[in-house]
Amino acid sequence: MMDESLRELYQEVILDHSRHPRHFGVLADANHVGEGHNPLCGDRVKVYLHVGAGDKIDDISFEGKGCAISQASASMMTDLVKGRSIAEAEKLMGGFLHLVKGEDASAIGADDREHLDVMAGVQAFPMRVKCATLAWHTMKSALEGGNPAKSE
Amino acid sequence: MTAQPKTIQAATFDPVLARADFPILSREVYGKPLVYLDNAASAQKPRQVLDAMERFATGEYANVHRGVHYLSAAATGRYEAARETVRKFLNAKHEDEIVFTKGGTEAINLVASSYLGPRIEAGDEIVLSVMEHHSNIVPWHFLRERHGAVLKWIDVADDGSLDAEAVAAAIGPKTKMVALTHMSNVLGTVTPLHEIIANAHTSGIPVLVDGCQGAVHELVDVQDLNVDFYVITGHKLYGPTGIGALYGKRVLLKGMRPYNGGGEMIREVTRDLVTYADPPMRFEAGTPPIIESVGLAAAIDYLSSFDREAVAAHEHRLLARATAALEDLNWVKIVGTTPGKGAILSFETEGMHAHDLATILDREGVAVRAGHHCAQPLMERFGVASTTRASFALYNTLDEVDVLIAALHKARKILG
Repeated sequence: MMDESLRELYQEVILDHSRHPRHFGVLADANHVGEGHNPLCGDRVKVYLHVGAGDKIDDISFEGKGCAISQASASMMTDLVKGRSIAEAEKLMGGFLHLVKGEDASAIGADDREHLDVMAGVQAFPMRVKCATLAWHTMKSALEGGNPAKSE
Repeated sequence: MTAQPKTIQAATFDPVLARADFPILSREVYGKPLVYLDNAASAQKPRQVLDAMERFATGEYANVHRGVHYLSAAATGRYEAARETVRKFLNAKHEDEIVFTKGGTEAINLVASSYLGPRIEAGDEIVLSVMEHHSNIVPWHFLRERHGAVLKWIDVADDGSLDAEAVAAAIGPKTKMVALTHMSNVLGTVTPLHEIIANAHTSGIPVLVDGCQGAVHELVDVQDLNVDFYVITGHKLYGPTGIGALYGKRVLLKGMRPYNGGGEMIREVTRDLVTYADPPMRFEAGTPPIIESVGLAAAIDYLSSFDREAVAAHEHRLLARATAALEDLNWVKIVGTTPGKGAILSFETEGMHAHDLATILDREGVAVRAGHHCAQPLMERFGVASTTRASFALYNTLDEVDVLIAALHKARKILG
């Protein structure tokens, strides 16, 4: 018998994203690049963005090696923020950070929530929250052009 | 400490009897019996250690080396008796060669700062292996950053073994120190210390050995090794956290400047000058970990109450069983396969990240370590970001190895 919270954490959607990540690889015409590092496990992720007129994220990609949770989270993130404005992406990130910690995630709109709900299983695994948030922090640091992100 | 009556069994060792000494091992996690295989990170504590600390704290505790009152004398006696216990455990020649520290990390920092710091100049070399724990890397990096020292790295072979001749070959006219682990916390590799130390000494180079893992699994005789500095930590030795010890040859300790400044480490303090106490007090500024020293002594007594060879044989049986089971799985690759290695088993799993695997094992009650194990240069050497590590202690059983293997199969089903 399988632990219910494990089933929740490793849903098929998550495993599919981690095995077949979307937007994986280098983005040749990126104008924002960020690097993230999870010092706990040594995982690294790089997020590339091309931000165009109106602060719109025209394209995004990521590369790196990591656990299923971090890879799936990065893959879903690229799916969701592509085509959005920076402000929208940051709002979504705020909601996501709340979601994985089991806090009020009402900042996430209903459509997005449908996609991101699969990540809510992380709530039951506090040690794994950083895995889920690494790519998002990395995207933020890329947009800010700042220091390498750490998943905190 | 009086030996516990159950310890009379000599040449044989019964892990099931020993388990009963460790209260935490009878608990469950997520409704499953705990299978604790993270011993290289920290070992659990037997009742004998916990009781000794409580008895001391409730009956004899006071600060040491200060008061004239009854309890201070009693506590000082216990603290110094603990030093003697450590001396015997390492077979040091003199009690004043044992310095109590916060742990292994502080002991290495102490040597880097107080021994090598004043003796190193830009371009001087420190020889290290790539399988060192960060605690035996970063203190030397400090000397690189602050004094321009050069770190010379000795590679390990693909099976994880360290070649004594490679270490000897790395020693040159600029070498000032060799710092190596006794046993790798990732690979389990046991360093050929005798040969390495003898080689280094022909060039007059001192050797520091990080025994945080080694002293748990191997018998240590610092005189026989002729090692210059040897470092242990309490919490991996079934003892408390917050205490470790540095063995240093008397002649070396005597020539070292103080590390921290404060009470207990001085001879005399005036407004204009200060003179320092002799070792070991010179290096024990401030109130030391007194209760922990009693716990460490109890842990050493506990471990020494067993036939250490029999304990080692038991741990090797666990390792052999786990190794054989993993070798049967074509999706598992063991990292560190050198013969005679200690009971530490690191592995990669195809299609499964170590963190995902450890999460699933955890829900089966199996505690393992996943990550870089504070040995990033070694991870880089083997081209992996992280591994899963099962590390065995005297209280682990063959049945627990089977639970680990079954849990691995389950993880494979979920993630594979």
